[in-house]
Amino acid sequence: MSASLRTSLALIAFSIAALGAALWLGPVAVDPFANDAATRTIVWDIRLPRALTAWIVGAALGLAGAALQGLLRNPLADAGVLGLSGFAALGAVIAFAFGFAMFAPLMAIAFAAAAALIVTMLGWRARGPASLALIGVGLSSFAGGLIALALNLAPNPGALADLVNWTLGSVEGRSINDVMLVGACLLLGAILIAFAARGLQALTLGEEAAAAIGANLLRTRTLVILGAAACTGGATAVAGVIGFVGIAAPHLVRALAGHDPARLLWPSALAGGALLACADIAVRLLPTDSELKLGVAAALIGGPVFALIAARLAARGGDA
Amino acid sequence: MRALLELGAVSVSLGGRSVVADASLALERGQIVALLGPNGAGKTTLIRAALGLTPVTSGAPRLIGDDPSRLSPRERALRAAYLPQRPQAIWPVSVENLVALGRFAHGAAPDRLFPRDQVAVDAAIEACALTSLRKRPMNEISGGEKARAHLARALAQQAPLLALDEPTAGLDPAQALAVAAILRKHAEHGGVLFSTHDVTLAANYADQILLMREGKVIAQGAPREALTSAALREAYGISGSIEQIGETLTAIFRV
Repeated sequence: MSASLRTSLALIAFSIAALGAALWLGPVAVDPFANDAATRTIVWDIRLPRALTAWIVGAALGLAGAALQGLLRNPLADAGVLGLSGFAALGAVIAFAFGFAMFAPLMAIAFAAAAALIVTMLGWRARGPASLALIGVGLSSFAGGLIALALNLAPNPGALADLVNWTLGSVEGRSINDVMLVGACLLLGAILIAFAARGLQALTLGEEAAAAIGANLLRTRTLVILGAAACTGGATAVAGVIGFVGIAAPHLVRALAGHDPARLLWPSALAGGALLACADIAVRLLPTDSELKLGVAAALIGGPVFALIAARLAARGGDA
Repeated sequence: MRALLELGAVSVSLGGRSVVADASLALERGQIVALLGPNGAGKTTLIRAALGLTPVTSGAPRLIGDDPSRLSPRERALRAAYLPQRPQAIWPVSVENLVALGRFAHGAAPDRLFPRDQVAVDAAIEACALTSLRKRPMNEISGGEKARAHLARALAQQAPLLALDEPTAGLDPAQALAVAAILRKHAEHGGVLFSTHDVTLAANYADQILLMREGKVIAQGAPREALTSAALREAYGISGSIEQIGETLTAIFRV
């Protein structure tokens, strides 16, 4: 059994355990198999969709992160760092604020694809991991400014607080419809990225040699941009901006499954799902007055981790 | 039988500057062709243009009869294996994993090798004396070992033409000779085009030399004919000659 398969099986078991725990654990103690109406509502209508949403959003972000890292040959690449999440949020905010909320997922995906295209074009020849991250910082700040502008110009200021709150990232109160929406986006992204897997493997040799061993780099780039956009757009439309899962998941998995970018994809998705499912259980159990936002928790944990990885890379002269 | 590689007066301009001017070449199976010349002479660009990796301004490269820039990446990779001047291993994959990437155009992947791919990978690893290192990650081996691993990747591709950009750069003399022996072995059934700064190595192993300077081919032919003192002086700007010592040709530059 390959290391990648072993890692995947372990992560599947861990994910199932986390999803099971999410049904039991919460502010109210319940036995999920008790057969009364209140329990059924809490467990199956509230906790299960929420836990599934957290897992699928995490999986989508983990997969997008692993694919972007392979494409850009950069262990710091991630939908959040590169600005895809910021642009996805911008697309969704525009849709919400100007009264066509039903198109929010499509807008999020389209804007994430635009950001991915820009960052790929600007960052394709970036020297070293840090310069690419800087391009992402620029794009993210720009997206933040545009979100503020959109909110500023929105015709219905009453919804502003809700929208700002939403961009912080949460899976609270999500329904089975949200599960289906983000699940469909993950499926689409996974199919697109699966077709790019061999190209990502070839890019281990760098751009020049990858083309020379027969990889079609234009095709690989297009598939990853669209796949990462579908994953990020879907995740952001449903859960707002949740950063760092896309960096943390592949980083954790490399220690177990090795460095081959193709063999990292599926374990990274599973790790992202497991991470976010656990993080969501944690925010639900924390005894705070108003619940800690999942996106805030991810940033509180992920920010320092990102800085540590970046510092280690810098110390090694950019060598992954 | 068609030549592996034919260049008919190929010119390349990059950013409005002429980098290769009117280079012509016919490389048959069984031949090793060495590109010599000072840094910036256009050797790398000529190799890349020959493989269709850099667009030509004029002239017609033919890779086994076809314009390589019109071939699909896969079709091109089945005809020619290319080793860039500074080969990279972005991720610290194992040596055998890196070598297996050479089977990409054959439809294989490092985690999915068919028997004939495995045979090709094993043969390339053995030819490059990497057997004891095959499980080691690329970031934990020496510079010479890395160079051999990348050469093994190109060999595993089993393309008739091997195009190598400075395959012996940074290698000690014994390793450089080992690489030259690998090239000669490949030339038993295929062809080799390689660039180098090692004039002695080129003189001994190449069937044909292209001596370049500032994009122009200033001497071309069998080593003893092409590498005259006048041509060496014109190319490198210093006095030099090719001397025969026993069986070996030696390039001597006067200090």
